[in-house]
Amino acid sequence: MEARKPLLLSLIDGRGAIFLGILTAAAVLVPLLSLVIPANSAFAIPAYLVALFGKYLCYALLAIALDLVWGYCGILSLGHGAFFALGGYAMGMYLMRQIGTRGVYAHPELPDFMVFLNMKELPITWWGFQSFPYAMLMVLLIPGLLAFIFGFLAFRSRVTGVYLSIITQAMTYALLLAFFRNDMGFGGNNGLTDFKDILGFNVQAKETRVALFVASCIALGAGYLIARAVTESKFGKVVIAIRDAESRTRFLGYRVETYKLAVFVLSAMMAGVAGALYVPQVGIINPGEFAPANSIEAVIWVAVGGRGTLVGAALGAIIVNWGKTFFTGALPEYWLFALGALFVLVTLFLPKGVVGVIEQYKAQRASANKGGTAAAPAAE
Amino acid sequence: MDIAKNSLLYLDGVSVSFDGYKALRGLSLTLAPGEMRAIIGPNGAGKTTMMDIITGKTRPDEGDVLFAGSHDLTKMDEASIAELGIGRKFQKPTVFESHTVDDNILLALKAPRSALATLFGKPAADTRARIDQILETTRLKDHRLRLAADLSHGQKQWLEIGMLLAQDPKLLLVDEPVAGMTDAETAQTAELLREIAIDHSVVVVEHDMSFVRDLGVKVTVLHEGAVLAEGPLDVVSADPRVIEVYLGR
Repeated sequence: MEARKPLLLSLIDGRGAIFLGILTAAAVLVPLLSLVIPANSAFAIPAYLVALFGKYLCYALLAIALDLVWGYCGILSLGHGAFFALGGYAMGMYLMRQIGTRGVYAHPELPDFMVFLNMKELPITWWGFQSFPYAMLMVLLIPGLLAFIFGFLAFRSRVTGVYLSIITQAMTYALLLAFFRNDMGFGGNNGLTDFKDILGFNVQAKETRVALFVASCIALGAGYLIARAVTESKFGKVVIAIRDAESRTRFLGYRVETYKLAVFVLSAMMAGVAGALYVPQVGIINPGEFAPANSIEAVIWVAVGGRGTLVGAALGAIIVNWGKTFFTGALPEYWLFALGALFVLVTLFLPKGVVGVIEQYKAQRASANKGGTAAAPAAE
Repeated sequence: MDIAKNSLLYLDGVSVSFDGYKALRGLSLTLAPGEMRAIIGPNGAGKTTMMDIITGKTRPDEGDVLFAGSHDLTKMDEASIAELGIGRKFQKPTVFESHTVDDNILLALKAPRSALATLFGKPAADTRARIDQILETTRLKDHRLRLAADLSHGQKQWLEIGMLLAQDPKLLLVDEPVAGMTDAETAQTAELLREIAIDHSVVVVEHDMSFVRDLGVKVTVLHEGAVLAEGPLDVVSADPRVIEVYLGR
């Protein structure tokens, strides 16, 4: 916290250096291996894998956002998928407006589903979404605004613990039902899809996919650094204090509601960015993204990786989704059982997640090296 | 109104009930600036409820609660009361377990409390020196880099008292500071509180009679939500009503 310059470096600890190193390597190697190397080479990465990895990175950013509120502030949000989906919808609306006359009905302004529903003009909610900067602003603003209103009411009324978790579930479920309705004007059941291009580039093109992948790497790295900056500041210490002893923090004179609200809004915005990068890579956004199960899955990623570690959350998201991709391909019926078993096993045997286990192993080795005399101090 | 004006803390006719149970019934109490007061009373006498009302956690059904003669505490929330200069130590030691001893004091240290200030602000130049001084007073200097979770029970109590000091409050409310302490720790705590009372007003709630004797201050006895007796410990403990409350049943 001393000077501005070394601040950035001071944020990167050992774990963070490895994480950012891998991210940078991925951002360099993936374009190389998928664009430069000939496609028949053994090292070549096909386009579908680029999009798949890109999707994992978006999930990882969502996990970091969730870790910020859950791992550091103790707010177990079971509705973070809603912010992710809202960011995704904002991006999807931009992509829909880019289709123009190439839609089935070739209407210059209205997306196909609106023509199909006999809408005569563009609803106000869609105004401005043809502009990329406006859409990006909305990617941050809409999830942020929802989080602000929701958080303002919930935290001011001092709703905590399991009650808060339940109402976050209700929030995402309510949005799910709302977005299913055709007259909401967001494509109803089918959602938004059939995208053509983004910033003038074809979304299906390999080059665009690689660019989106790199953008996801950058967003994840930036999200990580922002989260680090927040958690390492005195603000972050107050947030951890709230997690550990809320009323103590309050009697010290901190306005707990304001702190919770700030973290919640920041986290929602990060989740929104993750959703916005996710949509062009998977090519569709529909109300299913609001499903409560999605938000619960995100909590499992964080738990598996290790809550309150940021890197662990990202790692957990990638591990679990890799497992999901494998399982749903090999043994599709058993994925949900595997997920449930994973959550139970992690809670029982790895309460601090994968990162916690690595940390423990390192501490043990360090104390063994000292001849086992000095007790190893816990890292954090 | 003169009594109210000249007092640091003034409670008059405070009553509160929870679901029909009257926790306080017409409690009145006056604390002069710079005074240290011990409050005793059997379980359920309303000691903790009184603390809750002073710190804004509970709103009284009726009665006045004034701080420094002019601030109406019944209309303020916990954060603004804390900022006004009332610090509270809980019955169960409540420290930030995953922070170091140093950081626990740092968070308590008097400094801007807003989210913006903690996110972007720089620590004051004398922060280090003030933390050192408090750790010195609370005998925790050798433990500054340990996590609060790893401290002994007595050390946690002291750390919490240190956090109170760091707030630099005008009034300290200390709820059962020696519960669960060894005799040696209890004696040290009494010494620590007497040191603190030199330049702070303190209200101590305690069960431990020998500890209260060690403090050597005016005592208020609460019973069933009201004041039963008030005065030096020797006088109070000779009062037949007090004896009955403590031993009678």
